[in-house]
Amino acid sequence: MSPQLIYPLIGAGLFSLGLYGLIVHSHLLRKILAINIMGSGVFLILVALAKRSGEMPDPVPHAMVITGIVVAVSATALALAMMLKLHTETGRTDLPDDQQT
Amino acid sequence: MEISLLSTIFDVLLGLSLLGLAWSALATTDLFKAVLLFIAFGLLMALVWVRLNAPDVALAEAAIGAGITGALMLSALARLNSPHTGRAIASHTTDPEKDPSIQWWPFISLVLVFIGLAYSVFTFSPAFMGLQPDVYSQLVNSGVENPVTAVLLNFRGYDTLLEMLVLFVALLGVWSLGENPAVKTPFISPVLDTLSRLLTPVFILVAAYILWVGAHAPGGAFQAGSILGAAGILLLLSGWQLRKDTSSLFFRVLLLAGPLAFVALAAITLLIQGQLLEYPPAQAGLLILILETFATLSIGVTLAALFLGGFPWSKNRALK
Repeated sequence: MSPQLIYPLIGAGLFSLGLYGLIVHSHLLRKILAINIMGSGVFLILVALAKRSGEMPDPVPHAMVITGIVVAVSATALALAMMLKLHTETGRTDLPDDQQT
Repeated sequence: MEISLLSTIFDVLLGLSLLGLAWSALATTDLFKAVLLFIAFGLLMALVWVRLNAPDVALAEAAIGAGITGALMLSALARLNSPHTGRAIASHTTDPEKDPSIQWWPFISLVLVFIGLAYSVFTFSPAFMGLQPDVYSQLVNSGVENPVTAVLLNFRGYDTLLEMLVLFVALLGVWSLGENPAVKTPFISPVLDTLSRLLTPVFILVAAYILWVGAHAPGGAFQAGSILGAAGILLLLSGWQLRKDTSSLFFRVLLLAGPLAFVALAAITLLIQGQLLEYPPAQAGLLILILETFATLSIGVTLAALFLGGFPWSKNRALK
């Protein structure tokens, strides 16, 4: 098994795991964490597929993933700020729809 | 043969520990523990990027994915628990799930998602060149020798221009949610104080080195910018504050320097070369270095401002 095969599988696993976490957990911080894990899974698949061209991997997916990491951190910061705002306004850390679960 | 077997074993173990860390970060009831596990997850991801011959991504992941995201989450968690902000204090450190057992419907559908993804990954052709030959054949015209920097700042400069704007818009979004919560720094130990004073110049030096070396080796504006941002976060954590009489203009200019430099260069190249962000090959190296310098400053200041959270120049505070 080459790394080109192992890591996309791990990436698919991380994506599914993150999506599962996003669905079942109601605490917003944990949802944000789950989205970050999903993102890592996507990045992993992209970079592992870039390695298919051999010892000198395709640099375009690498650049896309670096861009993605920076976008992910800014989205995380915004999401965390929104969570804190919700918490100061209502004292809650979950969204109303999650009440029944 | 033996080495390839060993590295396969290493890859499998590394991958399984990634999955294990992700699972326990999502499953543990203690949120603090979850964030720490997530930081460890980010560090292991950086190791994976090295295994996949992506050192540029590894640098970005170690600085941003593990470092700054972790710091952001820890500070958000601390604010959730701080008595100033919330009414219900006790219930937020832990997140007791009412039913700790696996919820079967989501679980089964996500297993199906995994099988579908795994199948599609397997059906990709094992050897595929992608855009790699194009990038390497045009590398001489890009002005830099590091292919990733060439893609980020030259071939796909438009993406990076938009990305700078995304960072800026995210900061505007955070600022629009309200003022920066007045955190009383309780006690700063002299060790932390001295350490941060000693470390800050080192951070700046490392950031400048990473920026410069990005032209021909792993590194570049994003990695350098996130190291600057980390220096800013360290300073903020050790009780450093903007002086009350500091004009906000300086910081606003720094925040906008990267996006503005990009937009200005895009406009100039559009007028002269006829193409957005198409640099003349002779000047490309210099133009990229200038762009990267401004971008690094902006990324660093933006990340530190995102960590601070909230609009820092409130009218009320100015009156005090």
